[in-house]
Amino acid sequence: MSEDTLKIFINGVLNYFQHTSDKDVKVGAPYLVENRDPTCFDYTGIIGVSGPYKGTVYFTAPKILLTHLLLSLGEQDTSNENIMDIVGEVANTISGNARSEFGQEFMISVPVMIEGDGSKIQLPEQLRSYVIPIYWKAYSAAVVICLENV
Amino acid sequence: MLKLMIVDDSNIIRRKIERSADAARFDVVGMARNGAEAVAMLKRTDAEVVTMDLTMPEMDGIECVERITAIKPETRILVVSALSDVETGILALEKGARGFLCKPFSSEQLNDALGELVEGIDV
Repeated sequence: MSEDTLKIFINGVLNYFQHTSDKDVKVGAPYLVENRDPTCFDYTGIIGVSGPYKGTVYFTAPKILLTHLLLSLGEQDTSNENIMDIVGEVANTISGNARSEFGQEFMISVPVMIEGDGSKIQLPEQLRSYVIPIYWKAYSAAVVICLENV
Repeated sequence: MLKLMIVDDSNIIRRKIERSADAARFDVVGMARNGAEAVAMLKRTDAEVVTMDLTMPEMDGIECVERITAIKPETRILVVSALSDVETGILALEKGARGFLCKPFSSEQLNDALGELVEGIDV
């Protein structure tokens, strides 16, 4: 995956958090990881990708970050249902925004949300993923990209 | 007041639009989680203005725009979606939508887009 491709997703992250009440988001240097043990926080929103790229993009974050994110969007109901909703919505928004660069052939699924450990995240073991670290308020999260050219 | 229906599979987004839409101009008469619910709700609520997500389960937003336009062509539909490519925007407009707002959005951006959407309608 090229640096330009990663930048598309980094810009998506920056754009998303700049629409919250606390715009001060930082993105760390992306790094590669093996897929055997996927990067995972408390909640994860997973998007399946098809078209010229095939694979998975997911956003994963701790509950405390997602709770603050809901509040920063003006949502007072921080129930588990809404936590699951927002983690999927962030994944959907970052992936959907990438179509401004990739075009309509970059097909994305509706988000699948999971709570808990990364054993439910299925990634092809022969590939590696890029992790984009996100720092917002005092919390860490990540966007993980596992895409291959078809 | 204009009757507004909000269509999005995300409860967070539905509630954000409900909170943000100018209460002096819009009366939220229904909120639907997918296109199929929206088509059924349109008949019940007689909504005049619709905000429409695109990526949804069961019936996606493009099909729903087409169905609503066929049932009630005068409905003003604002697509509110993360799908930010030009082709999708054009397709939505071809199917009957009258505006496009990209997620994420601010309350000001939403009300600007809704204002343009209903320009010329006597309230």
